[in-house]
Amino acid sequence: MSTHEETVVHHDIGESPEGENRPIARPAGANTSSGARRIIFLVLLAIALILPALLKNFVVFQLTQTMVYAIAILGLNLLTGFNGQFSLGHSAFYAVGAYTAAIMMEHMGVGYVWTLPVAGVICFILGFLFGLPALRLEGVYLALATFALAAATPQILKLSPLEHWTGGVQGIVITKPDAPFGLPLNQDQWLYYFTLIVGIILYICATNLVTSRTGRALMAIRDNPIAARSMGVNTSLYKASAFGLSALYTGIAGALGAIIVQFVAPDSFTLTLSIGFLVGLVVGGVGWLPGALFGGAFLLFVPNIAEGVSKGLSGAVYGLLLIAIIYVMPSGLAGFVQAIVNKVRGK
Amino acid sequence: MELLFQQILAGISTGAIYACMALAVVMIYQAIDHLNFAQGEMAMFSTFIAWQLIEKGVPYWLAFLITVVVSFIGGVAIERIVFKPIEHAPVLSHVVIFIALYSVINSMAGFIWDFTVKSFPSPFGSSPLFGSTLISSHQGGMVAVTLGLLLLLYLFFSYTSVGLAMRAAAANPASARLVGIRVSWMTALGWGMAAAIGSIAGMLIAPVVFLEPNMMISILLYGFAGAVLGGLTSPGGAVLGGFAVGVIENLAGTYIPVIGAELKLPIALVVIVVVLVFKPAGLFGRVVVSRV
Amino acid sequence: MTKLLEVKGLTAGYGQVRVLHGLDFSLDEGGVTTLLGANGAGKTTTLRAICGMVKAGGEILFEGKNILGKSTEDVARLGVAHIPEGRGTFTRMTTEENLLLGAISRKDQKNVQKDIDKMYDHFPRLKQRRLQQAGTLSGGEQQMLAIARALMLRPRLMLLDEPSFGLAPLVVKEMFEILTALNKEENASMLIVEQNAALALGIADDAYLLETGSIVMSGPAKQIGADENVRRSYLGY
Repeated sequence: MSTHEETVVHHDIGESPEGENRPIARPAGANTSSGARRIIFLVLLAIALILPALLKNFVVFQLTQTMVYAIAILGLNLLTGFNGQFSLGHSAFYAVGAYTAAIMMEHMGVGYVWTLPVAGVICFILGFLFGLPALRLEGVYLALATFALAAATPQILKLSPLEHWTGGVQGIVITKPDAPFGLPLNQDQWLYYFTLIVGIILYICATNLVTSRTGRALMAIRDNPIAARSMGVNTSLYKASAFGLSALYTGIAGALGAIIVQFVAPDSFTLTLSIGFLVGLVVGGVGWLPGALFGGAFLLFVPNIAEGVSKGLSGAVYGLLLIAIIYVMPSGLAGFVQAIVNKVRGK
Repeated sequence: MELLFQQILAGISTGAIYACMALAVVMIYQAIDHLNFAQGEMAMFSTFIAWQLIEKGVPYWLAFLITVVVSFIGGVAIERIVFKPIEHAPVLSHVVIFIALYSVINSMAGFIWDFTVKSFPSPFGSSPLFGSTLISSHQGGMVAVTLGLLLLLYLFFSYTSVGLAMRAAAANPASARLVGIRVSWMTALGWGMAAAIGSIAGMLIAPVVFLEPNMMISILLYGFAGAVLGGLTSPGGAVLGGFAVGVIENLAGTYIPVIGAELKLPIALVVIVVVLVFKPAGLFGRVVVSRV
Repeated sequence: MTKLLEVKGLTAGYGQVRVLHGLDFSLDEGGVTTLLGANGAGKTTTLRAICGMVKAGGEILFEGKNILGKSTEDVARLGVAHIPEGRGTFTRMTTEENLLLGAISRKDQKNVQKDIDKMYDHFPRLKQRRLQQAGTLSGGEQQMLAIARALMLRPRLMLLDEPSFGLAPLVVKEMFEILTALNKEENASMLIVEQNAALALGIADDAYLLETGSIVMSGPAKQIGADENVRRSYLGY
């Protein structure tokens, strides 16, 4: 692997030479040089800035939703990258973020911008507290624990004692914010730019974190927990922090999602959403942060495409598309991009 | 006290469903070292095949037998066709394929047999058992079949060389190859057996919950929970775990007032997670002893 | 005299890293050959290549037929028993199940029980541990078990990867005595890879010296052991 992969979460847990202990995901990352990387980034940014002016409002809304999902998947990516584990419970954090935003805006009259950090902090704490005991579990056991979280969330949101705040089954309707400072943008366009800004900030934080000392320490723990423990490192504290961080990202995505959809209700946050995040994570490529955007787009658009192909068999079409993607790119878009880059360089 | 007893009995009777499914879950876990999210749908599809045969006038037990055989072949085929080409892909990619299969099978069943609820016959009848309306003769039969299957599996894995080879292939594929075991065929065999057991589970469950494409969704989850609670490495533990989940779910629903029926599943899961935090390999799972 | 194993121009590697650069060596029926060399010389890779566990090029003739490119399980079924690095114990199974697994691809299943009894004669310690989880055996016992498991195949050829690794000197001595006896009594052909050159040369007929993926010296074990340079570099006296 190259030395400048700011965006790559290394990922080679216990892969023996004969590959018998398969990693849960393979390291991936596009080996472009940092100069080329910067140019690509700027071009994409320019395109991203122009798009709202060219597209219909509904499409702009869809792109915003894609970015929101991408942020949530980014959170999941951090968990898988740092802890080498996956979660089926991230719909819960997405829900908590969404309800935090909705309750603050509609019951307390707080401005939407301020709901994001609050949602992030609340989700970090919840994720940390959940992770502390749960991360003693591994693999399928953790999957079951996180799954319990996902299954419980809609039911808890519907509980009658909380109805005053959550609105019960009805949920909460949110007023859409206008563009500030008299900017000549409609609401959808403004939310697009707002989400773009938040997304870029979170993305940069994530890439920096991955290459930071703390990030490396976390990955060292993941790769050799026994060594870390015997050196006196409290591994569960670190792992719980990573889980909290992952929840923070997904929580902020939830808050953004609530603001752009203008509505929260318990049944939007079921296990299906968690599974969607997981699918998005894998098709984008575990360990490759830009892949999250592709994952987000997949999550939003592919079910619609499947519906378009055949109404009666949309589930089958969706499944077959998914299988086809994994066949073509077993390690997600990340591995695919890497293969192309390698080919171009004539390796 | 009377209520407690009745709720436990009711729990055991629903638990029989979960136990049956948990057994299929453990079977596939042994073969592929992972949970298969599409397993419930495979069982559902098998049950529809049985239903179709019975509708066409095939006697119950013949239909039963044909379904088990067809499911076995189907399971082997899925492994060979879908998973063999990507056997070296990362585990998470496999998880995504499970999700895709789930979607495909569910959608196809809906397309072929539509989403209306169908009733499915029971070979054991539905008269009350032991003079209690809480447990019927069908549920009694279900418990018996589950325990019978368990015994067969135990004998198969302990005393036949194919069973031994399957265990070896799952536990240590590299070494298994070195002694000449065809590991990839063992995996396919595991899929086939899991599909066959799943089909039996489906046919036993269908008379209770009625047959429709979404019938297995929550049952598979309870089956997972039971298997994990009992220990994924232990078929007997999984069956016990399935019964335990049924009882826990019923008691939680009855005795924790705020919760009511809606929160039954989450509460049951929380109890299981708490158990797991203290016993990470499940109640009856074997902790792997290894020298570092 | 026909060779049991004849390797010609063997190359192998992991990914883009090439580890072996064209090895030539051979092994007589009933003989013991050892491959010596430092860490990373390519000894383990050579054994892996013979068993189809790594991508390899060249020719590997086993009983005159090229087995290069065959799958690991097919090579095993031809009668090549490989005791890998780390011994490959089925840790969750009992000692006896491990022995049964050794014979699992054999056609003559009715003789298996007789062979297990024979193994218990060779290794009485294993008999005491018959129904114990193999992962709980001591390192020495696990190595005995690995050798016994390999013999259960009634192999034409045994490949041993660092049999002395991680064992106490006394245990190592005992084990090499057993290997010598097995070679004599069972006429078992062996290819032994060792870092402990003195021990390996003591039992082997022929020896090959590996350095970074190439053979730098070969000959009868006695002659190699007497070589001044070899003694200084590998035997340390």
